[in-house]
Amino acid sequence: MRRSRLTAAALLTLLAALLVPSAALAQDADPNVVASDLNTTWVIVAGVLVMFMQAGFAFLEIGFSRGKNVGAVVAKILTNFSIASIVWWAFGFALAFGGGGWLFGDSGFFFQYGSTISDGALPAIAGKVSGGGAAFFFFQFVFCAVSLAIVWGTTLERIKFIAYPIYAVVFAGIIYPLISHWAWSSGLMANIGGGVQDFAGSTVVHLTGATGAFAALLLLGARKGKYGPDGRPRAIPGHSMPIFGLGVLILWLGWFGFNPGSTLGVADGRFAEIVVVTNIAAAAGVLGALATSHVVQKTLDVGMIGNGAIAALVAITAPSGYVEFWAAPIIGAIAGVLVVLCVIAIDKLVDDPVGALSAHGAAGIWGTLSCGLFTSPRLADYNGVGQAGLFYNGDFKQLGVQIAGVAIAFTTVFLISYITFASIKAVFGLRVSEEDEEAGLDITEHGMYGYPEQFIPPAELAGYGARPIAAAAPPSAPSIPTSQEAAAT
Amino acid sequence: MKMIIGYVRHESFEPIRTELLALGFPSLTISEVKGSGRQKGITERYRGAEVTNYLRPKVKIECVVASEDVQTIVDTILKHGRTGAVGDGKVFVLPVEEAYRVRTGESGEEVLQAHTDAAAAAS
Repeated sequence: MRRSRLTAAALLTLLAALLVPSAALAQDADPNVVASDLNTTWVIVAGVLVMFMQAGFAFLEIGFSRGKNVGAVVAKILTNFSIASIVWWAFGFALAFGGGGWLFGDSGFFFQYGSTISDGALPAIAGKVSGGGAAFFFFQFVFCAVSLAIVWGTTLERIKFIAYPIYAVVFAGIIYPLISHWAWSSGLMANIGGGVQDFAGSTVVHLTGATGAFAALLLLGARKGKYGPDGRPRAIPGHSMPIFGLGVLILWLGWFGFNPGSTLGVADGRFAEIVVVTNIAAAAGVLGALATSHVVQKTLDVGMIGNGAIAALVAITAPSGYVEFWAAPIIGAIAGVLVVLCVIAIDKLVDDPVGALSAHGAAGIWGTLSCGLFTSPRLADYNGVGQAGLFYNGDFKQLGVQIAGVAIAFTTVFLISYITFASIKAVFGLRVSEEDEEAGLDITEHGMYGYPEQFIPPAELAGYGARPIAAAAPPSAPSIPTSQEAAAT
Repeated sequence: MKMIIGYVRHESFEPIRTELLALGFPSLTISEVKGSGRQKGITERYRGAEVTNYLRPKVKIECVVASEDVQTIVDTILKHGRTGAVGDGKVFVLPVEEAYRVRTGESGEEVLQAHTDAAAAAS
């Protein structure tokens, strides 16, 4: 009692000592410094939320995989995120945001505090790198990592591990830097018309990832047993809808960093508007997918409802900073309908276990194009990119610019990705052997099961715990537990 | 000595076991099995594709008894296992050559006998 009162008094004194000088400072604080610090804080908070989306992708893919391939997803997510971290630091960021011309950036290699980012980069980071620049660097990196995570959705349960590190270097070092430089750092796409509108990356992040996924899938082929002798698709049910659902909800949460964070600051409270836009769209996507699943499949498919949320979030990513609230539920609902129809149609042709081509590819294209329809004049002016959409001014120009942006991104990413995956296939092979696929990637690639109790019979896990018949000792001797017995109990 | 193998619905196991205990037959082994017969399969719809599951789960009951007790056991399984619908299962009776008790090493019909207090413990 006495001690806690003393502690409380000490804490109060400490608190007062901390508060008084800072209160005094606040009166003289430079408003520009305060604003800059607030912006840096928000960008880091948003970046951390986007980093957490890695957990969302992990759970989504684990839920949609069979129980023999779940540990492999964990190893993949950790490895890819880590390789991309280093590559982005070494040269990915420099090519993407290090100033330079229309093609790629030319400064900021091996990103260092105090180094100089050349003119031509975004005004926010041109010049000497400080804390704010570091926040921008981190925020752009977690976007790159999200885009890379999307690529592997089509490749579950059969791809060789060696494909991950090789493609991750190409992706974080070349592919993603090119596209993000072109769209967001005064590059190629920013110079078409008044600029392609892609606020947080329906094309730059999601279509880019899905296009890489498409290239990989074409070279990889379907999982064993996906198509029957008549060529009709068969279901290969994932092992856990609850884990999948957790993944969807984590991604939804992460998106509150993804879109609102792309304001790169707190000016005019724009980020709060974008939170509302993002959430309404996602909700409409769930309801759109729910209704479509009920009408088309005569059931309320859990996976489809989750895909509806993801597709709507992907679609609202490009327009989130350009549209008024009323447009969000329309964009989201259309994405929700689109994803169900696309998953069913694509399933007849190629094996995409999580629906990445539909939820990130088709919805990414729809989201990018929707700017050409719904962008409001107020927000086109505010962002200084492009002009208002068709529904405001009857002008198809912005829609045309958006189509050009999609075409450029798709073509570039597909070509580089296809060449990379074809090279991996030629040198190492892209796909595990049939026996390994049958046994599962957990045991064949990683030497351990994600759920050992489901694959190793309990009798084998128990080991030598049973009491042996004491043949050597006389029956009357006092029993002294052997070390083995002691360990067993 | 005979072995009786019954494949029954999960919900019929508890009544069967209770009555066998009361009759003095506590020794049995069960396992979760899957099999097909006249019972129809279940179709799972998953993201637009279908997969039909013809193998349905059942409980397999195995017990070895003296030959004169076989009819009692079979009757008990039939009585509680029957719902009248397709999918109630099957019962098979097989000859058994020898039986040993692991704890003591003794053999013969003796090892099939329940402990004297087994019936009391069940009630």
